[in-house]
Amino acid sequence: MTSQSEIMSVSNLFAGYGETEILHGINLNVNDGEIVCVIGPNGAGKSTVLKAILGQINIRDGSINLADQDIVNTPTTEIIKKGISYVPQTNNVFVSLTVEENLEMGAWVNPEYTQKKLREMYELFPDLSEKRKQPAGSLSGGQRQMVAMAKALMVNAKILLLDEPTAGLSPKYRSEIFSTIKTINNNGVPILMVEQNAKQALGVSDRGYILVDGANRHTGSGIDLINDKEVARMFLGSRE
Amino acid sequence: MWDSFGFEFVNYYFVPGLVLGCIYALGAIGITLTFGILRFANFAHGEIMMTGAFLTWTFLELSKLIFGFYFHPLIACIPSIFIAIAIALSVDRFFYKPFRDSPTIMIVMASFGMMLIIRSLVQVIWGPNQITFVKGIAKPNGILRDLSGSFDMMLLVPSKHVFIILGTVIIMLAFNYMLTKTRIGKAMRAVSDSPDLAKVTGIDVEQVIRATWYVGGFCAVMAGVFMAMDTQFIMSTMGFRMLLPMFAAAILGGIGRPFGAVLGGLVIGFAEELSAYPWFGNGPLLSPGYKSGVAFSILVVMLIFRPSGILKGRVF
Amino acid sequence: MDALIGYFLYFLSLLSVGGIYALLALGLNVNWGFAGLFNAGIAGFAAVGAYTFSLLTTAESTFHYGGLGLPVVIGEIAAFLIAGIIAAVIGIICIRLRADYLAIATIGIAEIIKLIFKNEVELTNGPRGISKIPRTWEHFSEARYFSSQPLSWFGDSQSWQAFFDSLVNWWWQPLFAMTILFFVFVVYIMLEKARLSPWGRMMTAIRENEVAARAAGKNVTKRRVEAFIIGTMIMGLAGALLAQHLRFIEPTHTFDPSKMTFLVWVMLIAGGSGNNRGAIFGAFLIWFVWSASELFLNGFIDIIGNIFNGMDISMLKNRSGYLRMLLIGLVLQFVLQKYPKGILPERRPAASGE
Repeated sequence: MTSQSEIMSVSNLFAGYGETEILHGINLNVNDGEIVCVIGPNGAGKSTVLKAILGQINIRDGSINLADQDIVNTPTTEIIKKGISYVPQTNNVFVSLTVEENLEMGAWVNPEYTQKKLREMYELFPDLSEKRKQPAGSLSGGQRQMVAMAKALMVNAKILLLDEPTAGLSPKYRSEIFSTIKTINNNGVPILMVEQNAKQALGVSDRGYILVDGANRHTGSGIDLINDKEVARMFLGSRE
Repeated sequence: MWDSFGFEFVNYYFVPGLVLGCIYALGAIGITLTFGILRFANFAHGEIMMTGAFLTWTFLELSKLIFGFYFHPLIACIPSIFIAIAIALSVDRFFYKPFRDSPTIMIVMASFGMMLIIRSLVQVIWGPNQITFVKGIAKPNGILRDLSGSFDMMLLVPSKHVFIILGTVIIMLAFNYMLTKTRIGKAMRAVSDSPDLAKVTGIDVEQVIRATWYVGGFCAVMAGVFMAMDTQFIMSTMGFRMLLPMFAAAILGGIGRPFGAVLGGLVIGFAEELSAYPWFGNGPLLSPGYKSGVAFSILVVMLIFRPSGILKGRVF
Repeated sequence: MDALIGYFLYFLSLLSVGGIYALLALGLNVNWGFAGLFNAGIAGFAAVGAYTFSLLTTAESTFHYGGLGLPVVIGEIAAFLIAGIIAAVIGIICIRLRADYLAIATIGIAEIIKLIFKNEVELTNGPRGISKIPRTWEHFSEARYFSSQPLSWFGDSQSWQAFFDSLVNWWWQPLFAMTILFFVFVVYIMLEKARLSPWGRMMTAIRENEVAARAAGKNVTKRRVEAFIIGTMIMGLAGALLAQHLRFIEPTHTFDPSKMTFLVWVMLIAGGSGNNRGAIFGAFLIWFVWSASELFLNGFIDIIGNIFNGMDISMLKNRSGYLRMLLIGLVLQFVLQKYPKGILPERRPAASGE
């Protein structure tokens, strides 16, 4: 469709926990420089897609390619080493470690870059620089989300996966997080995020996927999806 | 004041309490680390301690045989530390690792079994009877006696106790350095915080688990050797006897809190020794026969009123 | 012929002790298999039963409290009840602990119970223990029983004396073994009834999904305490029978946790926890293996002694018991890894909410 090169693609993915299958043939791809967002009702399997990419759950069938390399059945540590970086929805910082220690842990797979990356992160998140010696558990929700994202960016990320980065945050913080996401993206990191706040998320995204019951329902550019009548009725309207 | 009360209290109750507390603290570190990082109560921990003491005794005897004199136990324990760590790592590899993704109770059962296997093995090799670890009466440390005597506060502390207290302080400082300054130490704290997040952060959790056995094994051997130095004998049931006070210390301090474990160990050690002090009247507060019940009573009270421990550890 | 009788008596003794272990395993099955309570204090609860029974039924003694010289049956009932009362107190305090905490707490309780029996010398004769404990059936041949009711209704002392003298000296042994097996049978039947009752199904529901059971308005804590008490009462009864079998008990070696607590756990896990038949099967199986390994190892050591003439095999003999314990430990590890559900896995009663 575009001339942009493809960073990651998920094709025909069937996956689930134990015996239960949750994803029934998902397809999605992320191109260089894009923000792609996945929305859908609760239980649609949005977060499960991210867990499948990370190798945290059983994959029955399908493929996940990162830079044309299949990463299905690769251990999580290796996947992260290859450049997929992930921020879970909740419980995403080590609460008893300081901010700086959190970031150092983020660099576990490439310790040689720790100092360089730390400087970059403090530039990107000046607030964190002031709090580097504070335990992450003592920070506010929005700041924790910043720590979590900075921690994820400590690896040489080819792509950043965000699981509901604004869940449970006040509107003020929500906007701040979305603008941070935009900044990270402008620095050259493609982002795949799962979101509940569909309208705002689609607003910053280049493209969006809508999942229902573990399968693709709609795909399109962010603007098109916001303006789509059916999408608006299903997901956006009820939220306003 | 010092003559009538202080001398007796400090030399016969406080210092022994401190020594016992140090030993429990070292043992409790291993328990609280496995509790924090592998999320189970390791019943075999006391047996690693006991094995360390038996190995050290063997190396002491070997030194006598080969060099004609006994090494200091703190020298003879060095090879034992390596062997004990190797045992801890292979136990993990063959008996605990298969249960990493199973319900916790499976690995608890496995450790329950290891407790018996290791103890039986020691009993087969060294026999079930008590063995004298270091002969002779422990004389008070002369320098400390003269020095404190010149302040009219004479301390009659045997050299072995000086070694135990100083040794524990050094190990604690090193341990603190490791947890706060080294990469693997920080990763241990991270895994203890949240194993799931550690995994998706890319931390090699298996490597952290191995480090845990290194630290836990080392501290266990030191606790076992210190215990043997203190009581001057070793026996195969010493690990089991210490298991309960060590668990009590770990829970008292707050699970997953290494420094809480140290604090808990000291509290339990003092409580056990001071329970025999004649606080009221002439007789001991508690008959010495019940000394080993003190740790347990503290444990139960703690579990009921403040299960998260003094330092607000994790409640499972 | 003598050898044959010897084997027969050995077999009866195996059955008796196997039956006592079967009771302990059944009690543990109520704790663990039904309710998921990690009771690691079996030795302590068995000790409570054994001491209760002994103090109540032995003839008056200057060494310890009583004995009250009460009938054996009263002693057994009391062992059953007192173990239950102690369990109730402990259960109310400790029941909400997570599995491994409960294990630690119960180990501690067992040690405290033994500490009390060891230190309260006035009550229990301390480490020197209690001896001459009456054994069911055999005790009738003691003068204090046949000279009093109910036996005195049927004959006077001399005729009873003459009657018992006329019997072979092991006459009581088959009867004693049968009595223990009878207890096992009765407990089994009652536990099976309980398991299939609404109470048992509720226990399963709680074990499977505690949150859902709580949400459905079940009193989870109360059910757990009940399971803890019932299991422990059975252990108390087993303790009373053990005291009869041994005729002498003391706090340390009789109630050694590796033989009284650990072995029972191996039995239940190997047999299949949650399954009453599995508990009984596991108890007899492991007890037979344990006893057979003793015969086998001792025979083996004798052979070594014969080959290496003049070698001192007493040390090997002394330590063979520990080698057996080691092997039992390995059996547990093997079962845990290969047959985590045991040889006879649990069969669920038909799932129904109420």
